[in-house]
Amino acid sequence: MKQLNWAVAALAGLALTACGGNSDDPPTSDESGDRILIDKDPYPSTYTPIESNPVVIRNATLLDGEGGLIENATLLIQDGNIAAFGAADEVEVPSDDDKLVQIDAAGKWVTPGIIDNHSHLGVYPSPSVSAHGDGNEISAPVTAEVWSEHGIWPQDPGFTRALAGGITSLQILPGSANLFGGRGVTLKNVPGRTVQDMKFPGAPYSLKMACGENPKRVYGYGSGRWPGGAPYSRMGNMAGYRIAWAQAVEYKRKLDDYIENGGEPPARNLELETLVGVLEGDILVHMHCYRADEMAQIIDMSHEFGYHVSSFHHAVESYKIADLLAEENTCSSMWADWWGFKMEAYDGVRENIPMVHDAGACAIVHSDSDIGIQRLNQEAAKALSDGRRVGIDISKAEAWTWLSLNPAKSLGIDDQTGSIAVGKDADIVIWDGDPFSTYTQAEQVFVDGAVVFDRNDPALQPVMDFEIGQPGEGDAK
Amino acid sequence: MIFKTLLTSSAALLLTAGAALAQTVAITNAKAWTGTAQGTVENATIIMVDGEIAEIRTGASSLPSGATVVNAGGGWVTPGIISPFSRTGLVEVGAESSTNDVSAGDSDYSVALRAADSFNPAASTIPVTRLEGVTRIVVAPGTGSDMFAGNGLVADTSGAPDSILDDNAFVFIRMGEAGARIAGGSRSAAWTRLRAALSDARTFPARYLAHNDGDALSRVDAQAFGQAARGQQLILVEAHRASDITRLIAFAGETPELNLAILGADEAWMVAEELAEAKIPVIIDPFQNLPASFEQLGATQENAARLIEAGVITAFAHLGDDGHQARLVLQSAGNAVGNGVSHDDALAAITVAPAAIFGLEGLGSIAPGATADLVVWDGDPLEVMSAPTHIFIDGEEQSLESRQTRLRDRYLGLDNGDLPFAYRHAVPDSE
Repeated sequence: MKQLNWAVAALAGLALTACGGNSDDPPTSDESGDRILIDKDPYPSTYTPIESNPVVIRNATLLDGEGGLIENATLLIQDGNIAAFGAADEVEVPSDDDKLVQIDAAGKWVTPGIIDNHSHLGVYPSPSVSAHGDGNEISAPVTAEVWSEHGIWPQDPGFTRALAGGITSLQILPGSANLFGGRGVTLKNVPGRTVQDMKFPGAPYSLKMACGENPKRVYGYGSGRWPGGAPYSRMGNMAGYRIAWAQAVEYKRKLDDYIENGGEPPARNLELETLVGVLEGDILVHMHCYRADEMAQIIDMSHEFGYHVSSFHHAVESYKIADLLAEENTCSSMWADWWGFKMEAYDGVRENIPMVHDAGACAIVHSDSDIGIQRLNQEAAKALSDGRRVGIDISKAEAWTWLSLNPAKSLGIDDQTGSIAVGKDADIVIWDGDPFSTYTQAEQVFVDGAVVFDRNDPALQPVMDFEIGQPGEGDAK
Repeated sequence: MIFKTLLTSSAALLLTAGAALAQTVAITNAKAWTGTAQGTVENATIIMVDGEIAEIRTGASSLPSGATVVNAGGGWVTPGIISPFSRTGLVEVGAESSTNDVSAGDSDYSVALRAADSFNPAASTIPVTRLEGVTRIVVAPGTGSDMFAGNGLVADTSGAPDSILDDNAFVFIRMGEAGARIAGGSRSAAWTRLRAALSDARTFPARYLAHNDGDALSRVDAQAFGQAARGQQLILVEAHRASDITRLIAFAGETPELNLAILGADEAWMVAEELAEAKIPVIIDPFQNLPASFEQLGATQENAARLIEAGVITAFAHLGDDGHQARLVLQSAGNAVGNGVSHDDALAAITVAPAAIFGLEGLGSIAPGATADLVVWDGDPLEVMSAPTHIFIDGEEQSLESRQTRLRDRYLGLDNGDLPFAYRHAVPDSE
């Protein structure tokens, strides 16, 4: 019952019904007694891995995603998981399994699948027509009550392009208009009829927050168009966060009191439920924040209210405070070289990612783009080479942590994916060469051991509903 | 490839301007990609004299006395890269309108607007672009309240005050979805406005003496459109949908005097043969492979390969963030190689082809008499992990420093010194 530990009144019946479908335990049998509890997972994942046969990949150059590189490696996948990997003579491959799929990856590289922790696929899908703008609930500066999964269109062709770029998991975030933009969700990049079919089982929710120019521009300078008016300034931004956190602390106190002592349960508040989830450590904070000085303010605020920032996003100035970020154990999700499109992005440098890594902080390559997501390996390559030119000596194997393990950590899914380790999900990519080369492409992409993309087999290249019957259906993309 | 020479007289005139101060430089031990019939020359020596390439030969014997020698160490040397479409130098910070001169929605004018009036050679974007190997940039204004954006320019990336080669290199017009919305709501509105504007320009000034006004353009805009309307200036038209491109091909057939090129052209591969036959070049973004709009449903990264295979003159641009990231044309070209374009054709698409489209004589190739824009690389120029080690514009070696590299250097060591970071800066010479 770990997902059920606090209560509501108004929607009790609904909550009980929802719980019944997702748990064997009766929802009222909590240790705290006969309390009315809410379901923390009312839109549960219905993802089921595509059935697959065991696979052995031989003769590959393998990056394990944890800093290791193995030449002439063998990788064994069984039951959708990594069963074994290592040098050829270290891996025992079953000799009597006639279903075993054998792949010779000589000259090819095998890596963990890339995880993009900043995507708006589905909420800002292609085509980007006005009807499709479901990524920013800009009606108020605090909309922690909205969930990105409720805006995701699973038919976005962008998911298939990302897959061809080796993306096996991704976080879909609400946009950055608001101080609190709402909940993000982590998906397996496998096509589904519903977003529930794509939800990464067991992945925690996240909360999207935004620093700086966007909230004050959208609300302050946009006043008259939208309700409210605040924030007009970075001062107003901070005040807006703090007011909401203070309310969340108060709400949590009422909920805890109800669990402890019973009585009248507090009225349900969807906005504060999300913030309380952060205070309890169940929901991970991902915060759009470019400027170093603002990140430092946010870190202090997280201490003030007792939570942790999982990752700053866009983090163009992380290189200026990489030591502080290391100390705080907060990741930076970064582009290799985007800069200048707004004032808070003006101080972008090409070495941001390696400088963060070099300071011992958690560096992540992210996209925020339906084009960029298709070649995050190249973004890592650019950052790696620019770092090396100024004496930051990082291996390709270490650099791969920016693409899979570190984003997995930031999303709380690193116990299941993000590196090649025995027992983890077999979310891997076979590249037709060194993935730090511009010319290299993902040849086969596996999610939970199943081939979900094969560059040489058009039958294994998904085509979304939108593209059926349109020019270019099934074309090489 | 077929090269159509445009604007030869004005380009040749302007190209001689910046070369006065240069001297003799020899690049030795080069793997020189020439962009000419010579192909790639191994163990090449390239000699630059007074801003021009004097000679290419193999071996490094008997160099001119007094020459500055740059040993390429067997590495690649290419012509300076040409970015064929961007807003570099028109905008410092995209979201700050006070620093953003890309478009002028409140202006009374359209065709007459010249990006050259807005261009700032000292913009921080210029060295950022240059030090990735881009030595020439084609810069276009954006559309405001009219589908006619105005006149684009060509400049070098030296940052020098006289870095503009051509103030009026082309007129930029948006058709397709964007042009249709601006022109009144439909493609037919855009086409009608284009035809009317051409008629105004061709009949200038006679029509304006009688009526004091044209059918579509003001007196100032009609005059500014005159050269393009008579085929003496390139017209660059943005269009994506195959049907829009087909209309443009037909239009080019009806008005053969016009010099047309197409920007964007995501569905151009569907009409590649017709484009090749009509000799209309295209500038495409090789990354574009999403049905981002209903005019890009057929977008594919193989657009480049299919167009080049059909014989269409094809240049590559990075159209994503065109104010700050024109430098990414090299990555675009590398990705085109991953999607079926030959290495030679991909390099040509960011050198030879843009030079041909914009009539930049002497640029985009390494040949005797050509302008000495050269880049020495530490690896394959189309690999994202490669970078320039030496950059020459008009024979003069360029700095590899930018505001970005200075900021980086300030924070490379995060150990607190005796003074705060703000004291880590260059100090002017005291003499």
